Amino acid sequence: MGDVGQLNRAEAIELLTTMWTIRRFEEAVDDLFARGLLHGTMHLSIGQEASATGAIAALDQGDYITSTHRGHGHCIAKGADVTLMLAELLGKESGYCRGRGGSMHIADLDAGNLGANGIVAGSIPIAAGAALALKQRGSDRVVVCFFGDGAANEGAFHEALNMAAIWKLPVIFICENNHYGMSMAWTKAVAIDRLSRRADAYGFPGVTIDGNDVIAVKEEAGRAVERARSGEGPTLIECLTYRHKGHSKSDQNLYRTREEIKEWRDKDPTQRFARVAIDAGLFDAATADRIAEEAKHTISRAIEEARSGPDPTLVGIENETYA
Amino acid sequence: MPEARSITYGEAIREALDDAMASDESVFLMGEDIGVYGGAFGVTTGLLEKYGEDRVRDTPISEIGIVGIAVGAALVGMRPVAEMQFSDFTANAMDQLCNQAAKLHFMYGGKAQVPLVLRAPTGSGTGAAAQHSQSIESWLANVPGLKIVMPSNAADAKGLLTAAIADPNPVVFLEHKLLYKTKGEVRNESYGGGLGRAAVAHEGRDISIVCWSAMVSKALAAAGSLKDQGIDAEVIDVRTLRPLDRSTIIGSVSKTGRLLVVHESPLTGGFGGEIAATVTESDAFDFLEAPVKRLAGLETPIPYNPELEKGVVPQEEDIVKAAVEIMTG
Ligand SMILES: Cc1ncc(C[n+]2csc(CCOP(=O)(O)OP(=O)(O)O)c2C)c(N)n1
Ligand SMILES: [Mg+2]
Repeated sequence: MGDVGQLNRAEAIELLTTMWTIRRFEEAVDDLFARGLLHGTMHLSIGQEASATGAIAALDQGDYITSTHRGHGHCIAKGADVTLMLAELLGKESGYCRGRGGSMHIADLDAGNLGANGIVAGSIPIAAGAALALKQRGSDRVVVCFFGDGAANEGAFHEALNMAAIWKLPVIFICENNHYGMSMAWTKAVAIDRLSRRADAYGFPGVTIDGNDVIAVKEEAGRAVERARSGEGPTLIECLTYRHKGHSKSDQNLYRTREEIKEWRDKDPTQRFARVAIDAGLFDAATADRIAEEAKHTISRAIEEARSGPDPTLVGIENETYA
Repeated sequence: MPEARSITYGEAIREALDDAMASDESVFLMGEDIGVYGGAFGVTTGLLEKYGEDRVRDTPISEIGIVGIAVGAALVGMRPVAEMQFSDFTANAMDQLCNQAAKLHFMYGGKAQVPLVLRAPTGSGTGAAAQHSQSIESWLANVPGLKIVMPSNAADAKGLLTAAIADPNPVVFLEHKLLYKTKGEVRNESYGGGLGRAAVAHEGRDISIVCWSAMVSKALAAAGSLKDQGIDAEVIDVRTLRPLDRSTIIGSVSKTGRLLVVHESPLTGGFGGEIAATVTESDAFDFLEAPVKRLAGLETPIPYNPELEKGVVPQEEDIVKAAVEIMTG
């Protein structure tokens, strides 16, 4: 585990609250889908709460993120209103993208979330582009770019990392290595032992860390953010983690074993952090339970409110295509 | 008579792949999650077990590589059938498809052949939103050297894929997601015949409805309602956009004197314009009794909300309405 001594009570409570909010959000979405109240598909990040929460905890308000198809956690950690997120998933006019985008395309530009993306690796060059603009304008803001292990094998990843390197762009590449790109084990998709080695090839630091340890993620991201702010350029952080649920709604989990899933459930990032924080005396067990419980209520209330939102209509839709 | 069986469009595609792999060692499959997962829509289920990892090759998420490696393998004598998990991702592989695969035969003075097939699920209707729901045929239709196939039913899915694999050129085979579970009669005989013939899906005398892919079943249903209103519609299933069977279309419109083209992709720059021009540039122009009409998707990306999603692409009732308007002037 990372050094729990670096956290104060308020920070610890915030980390746990964010992780539980993500967890409860994803559980609720899973349930809504099972009950036929949501359509389309979605990619849940249950089990991966620490990488989103830890990395974004290292940012300031004005910093940016880019996200992925598995983006609910990033969005929540960056401060999104869960009611507007749920309204989006329900296809409501009151949702973040007025029901046009859905789960895979939530953007919360006011909060600095430049958007989820349905194209694997599609947001990696975009993150570098935002970082380029920040640098060019003399801002000390930075961009955190989330992507999966699978995305690291797209051409877009390689081009963007190289350009970020040569121009020393203020971007932190967070690879959430959840061990699979859909059904393909990451170890079958590459011939190297660490995805963070990819940074070597482009000439900037890369590290691999325990992505289920929210404290470690926050620390490592903090160092990378400092580096980026001071003009030294990008960092690649590979967070080893695991998704408990299938890739999406159509997944039968034929490519992995029950034992493996069980093994990773035992490394659950929320429980793990709660235990460490309790042991360190940052809060007590009752507080941890209350946070988990309250997150559930927050989401239930948000669902009720989101469901009562108005549905969009087709009127004038063709006028929306251009700015 | 050969035995006819009722199987789904997805099963028909699998049979065509299976038959081609069984009869020709040079045929192999490549794509994301096509092995143990069976493909995002289950089309390749069971083929890994039958043919092994070399011939049912799971790839990393690398679309440039998927198409480019297919081009290279085809160039030296293999017949790769690559799968793009969703047709939208073809955008990533555009260089290899349009600058390489499509051009090598001509550019190298006729000495090279690139017999590859790129299969891709296409179209809207699944709630997958803007980056997983496009109809990309018109992106590719302006690239000489590619063939473009869009089957509308199980029998054609099997027959046309068999022909596509046998074709010595790069063929893009676009499978509509909403058709995968639809059933149709497929015969056991081997399919032959090349690409480039449209089908008269339903005969009629009053108006020609020209369409392809998922729009065919909607047009056929519309033809049923039109019949009740005393309008005898002919439905032409284009099947292959490139090469385009212009004579079947011209023949139909010469007979009916009216043309309605229907497609799911947006109107502007859509393939409907090509069909309209084909007719108006031909002798069929003299037989036209009403202006040609195109019914197409709205000028927007595909929205997520299911009602909006339906609303931006032509539905059966839109086809009926457009046909009635043409008939009544
Ligand atoms: C360009 C592109 N190729 C393929 C897909 C289909 N697809 C969506 S998510 C996914 C797996 C992504 O794996 P990874 O990057 O590891 O992210 P994870 O799903 O594990 O979070 C695939 C193949 C896509 N959306 N975009
Ligand atoms: Mg992954």
